[in-house]
Amino acid sequence: MEFSLLTIIFSLMAYGAAVVFVFGVLCRIMVYAKTPSPLKIPTTPAPTTTFGAMIRVLSEVLLFRSLYKGNKWTWLGGVVFHWAFLLVVLRHLRYFLYPLPAWDMSLQGIGIIAGIILPIAVLYLLMRRTTVDRTVFISSLADYFALTLIFFIAGTGLMMKFYERPFMVDIKGFVYGLATFNFSAVPTDPVFLVHFTLVMILLAYFPYSKLVHAPGIFFSPTRNQADNPRESRHVTPWSPNLT
Amino acid sequence: MAKVKFEVPELTGEIAIPGLKEDAAAAVKSHNAPAKDMTDLGFPTELVPDWKEKAVAKFAELLKKYRSLKVFMDICVKCGACTDKCHFYLGTKDPRNMPVARAELLRKVYRRYFTTAGKVLGKLAEAEDLTREVMEEWYTYFYQCTECRRCSLFCPYGIDTAEITMAAREIMDTVGLGAKYPLQTINKAITIGNNLGMPGPAIRSTLDFMEEDVKEQTGVPVKFPMDVKGADVLLITPSADFFATPHVESLAGYAKVFHQAGISWTLSSYASEAGNFGMFNGNYEHMRKIAGRIKVAINELKPKRLIHGECGHAWRVAYSFWNTLIGPFDSLDPKYPAPQHICEFTYDLINRGALKLDKTANDDFVVTFHDSCNVARASRMGNSPGGQFEIPRAIIRATCNKFVDMHPDTIREKTFCCGAGGGLLADEIIDLRIKGVMPRMQAYKAVKDSHGANFFALICAICKAQFTKVFPYYGYEMEEVGGVHQLVSRAIVLGGKEGI
Repeated sequence: MEFSLLTIIFSLMAYGAAVVFVFGVLCRIMVYAKTPSPLKIPTTPAPTTTFGAMIRVLSEVLLFRSLYKGNKWTWLGGVVFHWAFLLVVLRHLRYFLYPLPAWDMSLQGIGIIAGIILPIAVLYLLMRRTTVDRTVFISSLADYFALTLIFFIAGTGLMMKFYERPFMVDIKGFVYGLATFNFSAVPTDPVFLVHFTLVMILLAYFPYSKLVHAPGIFFSPTRNQADNPRESRHVTPWSPNLT
Repeated sequence: MAKVKFEVPELTGEIAIPGLKEDAAAAVKSHNAPAKDMTDLGFPTELVPDWKEKAVAKFAELLKKYRSLKVFMDICVKCGACTDKCHFYLGTKDPRNMPVARAELLRKVYRRYFTTAGKVLGKLAEAEDLTREVMEEWYTYFYQCTECRRCSLFCPYGIDTAEITMAAREIMDTVGLGAKYPLQTINKAITIGNNLGMPGPAIRSTLDFMEEDVKEQTGVPVKFPMDVKGADVLLITPSADFFATPHVESLAGYAKVFHQAGISWTLSSYASEAGNFGMFNGNYEHMRKIAGRIKVAINELKPKRLIHGECGHAWRVAYSFWNTLIGPFDSLDPKYPAPQHICEFTYDLINRGALKLDKTANDDFVVTFHDSCNVARASRMGNSPGGQFEIPRAIIRATCNKFVDMHPDTIREKTFCCGAGGGLLADEIIDLRIKGVMPRMQAYKAVKDSHGANFFALICAICKAQFTKVFPYYGYEMEEVGGVHQLVSRAIVLGGKEGI
């Protein structure tokens, strides 16, 4: 079976982006995991057990607990944005899984709603960034780039759902083919090609940008350490013991 | 008095978030450390010729040694949650005192030398060469951070600017750019044994004076022992407690509590300092050396318990780091936590009914409590999280009839710094200190207006020194500032019930 140049280019791009993403994120995680925490520095009051500290980290990851204390409006935008993003990603698993599991099937409807909310949340975050003098001062190209990229990814996605409507079977064939090394031709719908390219850019950008906050938060010592210095002696790996 | 020289923020009782005023605090700089102190501490006396390479190399070393620094350099998304949380931003309006902007001073250099994007794209990836100008910015703004961790509380990733400030100061020290006040203090603590540089006999004579003073006031021979081998308790307290006002009043309080409990105790002339400025400048070895004197004192005096006086950052080092730095404390009685805060000790005695307290002795006061940052956000008292808020308040309630808390957004873990911690209790930056204390003063003003608060209780030596200094600028009496054990000292009824 012969493939068009377009298919070859997009297939290579997909693998390239996937490798950069996986390799990059794994590298980050390994560096974080390898770097020691010499001292006990949880921001207190902190849980006194490791299990409690795990719950604390999860409450940050799932509910953005500290941000809630910090700024309710940013929290609202952040939570809506991240949860919408997650649901949209889960909805997209249908391109990778065959047959589609029931739990993912049940997420398709809410996934579409999340897809509509996502660009609205991005616009809200952009608006906040550009209207408060303090966030204007701290924002840079990278901050606008990430938001804009995601806005266009969401926009092109919604265009395909509600306006363009390319043939979904072709898209699934192409993506599923990439995932299973059972290649098929890339759909030629231009909106799809833009959407797909932007997602690949996001993947490759992820490990080398502030987007590593996603794996990074799990390694934040002020959040993941238990407050138990009296009960268990914490040892600094690179400092000799005093006698 | 030259008080008029400074622009003192107006007290309204409200903490307003100011608009940005770029470079508003750019001219405020701590004095450079004298050559002697730099040399003593193993740093070059002035900027070395190859300072840039040395600085980058030190940065690389710290990134490998501290996960906090490495992760915090990478994961900030600039959400802005911290931008209105720093007392120095609120007080000076200088945008570089917003925690994220302060950290950016280090991050832009991190990107340039340690990230692919920064090496390739340069400015486009917000990366910047380490230049003299950048280093000067570091020196200015990393000495306008008290490492109070208030920003860290609100950060969705727990990014702790204190860790970033410590790293930046350590890098600067290494290439010969040190600040006088913190480094002199560290040097004195390492070589003499306390931050004030007081030799043992000088401490003994102030203790003698205090014994006479307490005897005169109460008629009871309360002892202030030093270097007593085999005493039950070794008390490690900030050296300011030996001579500064109002610190000495708390020392009298501790002594009376020990006396009344019938527990033998001692100070150490060798380890005559709880404070540990090594932490402020991020130097692990200095921190360990200062704490090491306490280990020596334990080995020499062989106490059963280790108790710690009223000091904020010192309690952080003691509670969170001592076990790592100088532990394990195998020679101490495992029945008691090591170290134990004097407030935990007193609170325990109160709960057991071992102290007789006459609240009316403090009837002149309407007391409020200032949570010190390192106690609030970097340590604990008691067995459950938040004990560091409850225990001092419980002691205050047991010693006086009128207590009122300040606004909930300014106390407990959300407490505002005094504006002089982290090695910033220096005279030359008094203008910064006056502005930095503004949020706290607004909160105090509010409870003054609403409840007539007139006694500002706290448990930190630096806070005590700072507040007694800046209160007058705001039109308040320095006598309103005092320790929690000052209230205990006034209320405790001596002699009535000896022993436990």
